[in-house]
Amino acid sequence: MTKIIALAGNPNSGKTTMFNDLTGSTQHTGNWPGVTVEKKEGRLKGRRDVTVQDLPGIYSLSPYSPEELVARNYLVKERPDVIVNIVDATNIERNLYLTTQLAELGIPVVIALNMIDIVNKNGDLIDIRQLGEALGCAVVPTSALKGTGLEKAAETALSCSGKPPLSPRPIFSGDVEGALAEIGSLLSERRKERGETPLTATELRWSSIKVFERDAEQTANPDTLLGAGAAARIEEIIRALEDRYDDDSESIITNERYLFIAGVVRECVQKKNRHTLSASDKIDRVVTNRVLALPIFAGVMFLVYFLSISTIGGYMTDWVNDSLFGDIVPNAVGGLLDSLGTAEWLNALILDGIIAGVGAVLGFLPQMLVLFLCLAFLEDCGYMARIAFILDRVFKRFGLSGKSFIPILVGTGCGVPGIMASRTIESDNDRRMTVMTTTFIPCGAKLPIIALIAGALFPGSMWIAPSAYFLGIAAILITGVMLKKTRGFAGKPSPFVMELPAYHMPGAPGVLRTMLDRGLAFVKRAGTIILIAAIVIWFLSSFDFSLRMAETSDSILAAIGGAVAPIFDPLGWGDWRATVATVTGLIAKENIVGTFGVLYGFGEVAEDGAEYWPQLAAAFTPLAAYAFLAFNLLCAPCFAAIGAIRREMMSAKWTWFAVGYQCGFAYVVALIIYQMGMLASGHFGVGTVFAILCILVIVYMLFIKKPYAGADAKNTQRLAAAAAAAE
Amino acid sequence: MNTLENAVSGDRVVVTKIHGEGAVRRRIMDMGVTKGAEIFIHKIAPLGDPLEIHVRGSAISLRKEDAKLIEVAQ
Repeated sequence: MTKIIALAGNPNSGKTTMFNDLTGSTQHTGNWPGVTVEKKEGRLKGRRDVTVQDLPGIYSLSPYSPEELVARNYLVKERPDVIVNIVDATNIERNLYLTTQLAELGIPVVIALNMIDIVNKNGDLIDIRQLGEALGCAVVPTSALKGTGLEKAAETALSCSGKPPLSPRPIFSGDVEGALAEIGSLLSERRKERGETPLTATELRWSSIKVFERDAEQTANPDTLLGAGAAARIEEIIRALEDRYDDDSESIITNERYLFIAGVVRECVQKKNRHTLSASDKIDRVVTNRVLALPIFAGVMFLVYFLSISTIGGYMTDWVNDSLFGDIVPNAVGGLLDSLGTAEWLNALILDGIIAGVGAVLGFLPQMLVLFLCLAFLEDCGYMARIAFILDRVFKRFGLSGKSFIPILVGTGCGVPGIMASRTIESDNDRRMTVMTTTFIPCGAKLPIIALIAGALFPGSMWIAPSAYFLGIAAILITGVMLKKTRGFAGKPSPFVMELPAYHMPGAPGVLRTMLDRGLAFVKRAGTIILIAAIVIWFLSSFDFSLRMAETSDSILAAIGGAVAPIFDPLGWGDWRATVATVTGLIAKENIVGTFGVLYGFGEVAEDGAEYWPQLAAAFTPLAAYAFLAFNLLCAPCFAAIGAIRREMMSAKWTWFAVGYQCGFAYVVALIIYQMGMLASGHFGVGTVFAILCILVIVYMLFIKKPYAGADAKNTQRLAAAAAAAE
Repeated sequence: MNTLENAVSGDRVVVTKIHGEGAVRRRIMDMGVTKGAEIFIHKIAPLGDPLEIHVRGSAISLRKEDAKLIEVAQ
């Protein structure tokens, strides 16, 4: 039978590094069912019969965040054979808090006292034996980064896995222990009454603590669990203690855990008194300095952008797009198909549908890999947390997080890595919001559209391109403010309580592995949804209704375009060509330029479509063209980006909502631009009324108080009052 | 009432009471900010919010709106 070792520990305790070391290449990554929390498991190196289960990095087992819930449910319900609790020895007091909770689960616990090398280097002393005795479990000093002590930790864990865990020790004060004992005996009696098997001492203690804490999951139905009489008596016991301590029961337990730990640390840890600043403090002094913080941040971001979008990643992407999927693969496959003598439609499907479609998506892979490498490095070394620290103030005003900046910046190159960069944002609401808004910023593939419209309709004008970026930023901020006031995003206010880990040099294997994991996840997506979508669009644009191959202008897509086009009449461009071009933009935004070329009867056109500028200028008024541009900049992004949205949202519902919102918002913005422009030239109609209504709704959403978050609304008022007072 | 929100960089304070409820309060306490804990206000972010505090040997970033839930004494 396979044994299961579960790894549990705080974020930044070196858990991932240890997991990678223990499992080598046997690990696989997935997701815990129903949540966006990553699930990783693998086999212990050299042991086919031992599975190592990585749990999310957590500070406690309280059921508030998805990570905590996942870890808690796994430990309580699936019950691994043994827990290896990774404890950051340099930050032992906070790390042992989780340990005290793990020790109550009734599963054998082995502590891997990690980063022991740094403790030794600092000249601090930890009495390993005494620590083990105080906590009641084996303690193995390790250094995951240097790879020392890991085997011993695994061996110790395996040798503990068969044995019963030590019986629980009273770590709380006399008052609380007394209350727990009383609750415990009431619970036991109740079980006896109901004819259930008695709990073991450990199980009883765990249940008693949960009942005392009024843990929602445990006490959802106190009357059936406890019986009405016992429930009332227990409530009395808890109330009495709460009055005495002037605190709620949950906090009493938390307090007492920390009191116990403080005692243990006093006995087992000798800190050398230091007056010198650590290297990490020195770095931090510069990096989050009042004056230097923002310039340094700008420099780091420029470097990330420069490496992944402009230079290394950009060159490789150009090569993959233009050479690999532009010449090499199509020529090779084309030659092969010719020699096989396959049917023309099949050749077209493979070359124009599959290879062109998937190639357009995979082309972004090199950029993404370089970007993921940079991000993994920034995350690992501790700078990412500082970015959030520096920028939180700005972004929280717009319903985003300090970490939203990176996705948006990266999104100016390509929305796909931009969306994927959002996964470093912990809060679900902030992450969803960032995923939805990142593609509002014009990406590299939208630049040809901007060049087309600017060149054809606004010759010599300098303001079109800057206005596109301005429009994108405004769309992000307006969306942030508006959606934060809707039910879906209101939720509980998520606290921004974030650890600022000490800076350290990340290990290369860990950073590379993170990069590859994220890259592979994207490739898998490209292989499924994106492939199918590309084939469908190709089919619709290459065949007519009698299913014969046809020019795009005679295709099914053109017919559908003609039928749908009136929807865009109020935006000023109800022309079927513009509709068809917009749809083909879903494969890749730059396709819009090429599609217009085909529809106006040109074969190959320049990147900015200069050949057909006269035709376009005749078909569009400048106002309509700008509305067309606005719609295409803001509406649903290409399939690759939609695929990325799907991946980060982990939910079809949220993906549809995101795409629907983007299209709806794009429509409204284009409507307002066109109709207000027409109004300025003296034209008033039904469209004008709708546009004005839309403006009113947006303004209303921007300025009403948050209807779904009472506490937050008060806070906003308070801030407003404070701001007014300051003025 | 003196709260952590009003503390300035370089202050050393002791937590006397934690207000608020649910996830926010829970998260603050899980991170080691409990009654009696000693807090060192390391710095305030360049734009004036959030705070960086040191508690029980770890560095934590805390928004001022959450810091005002924490009552402290010098």
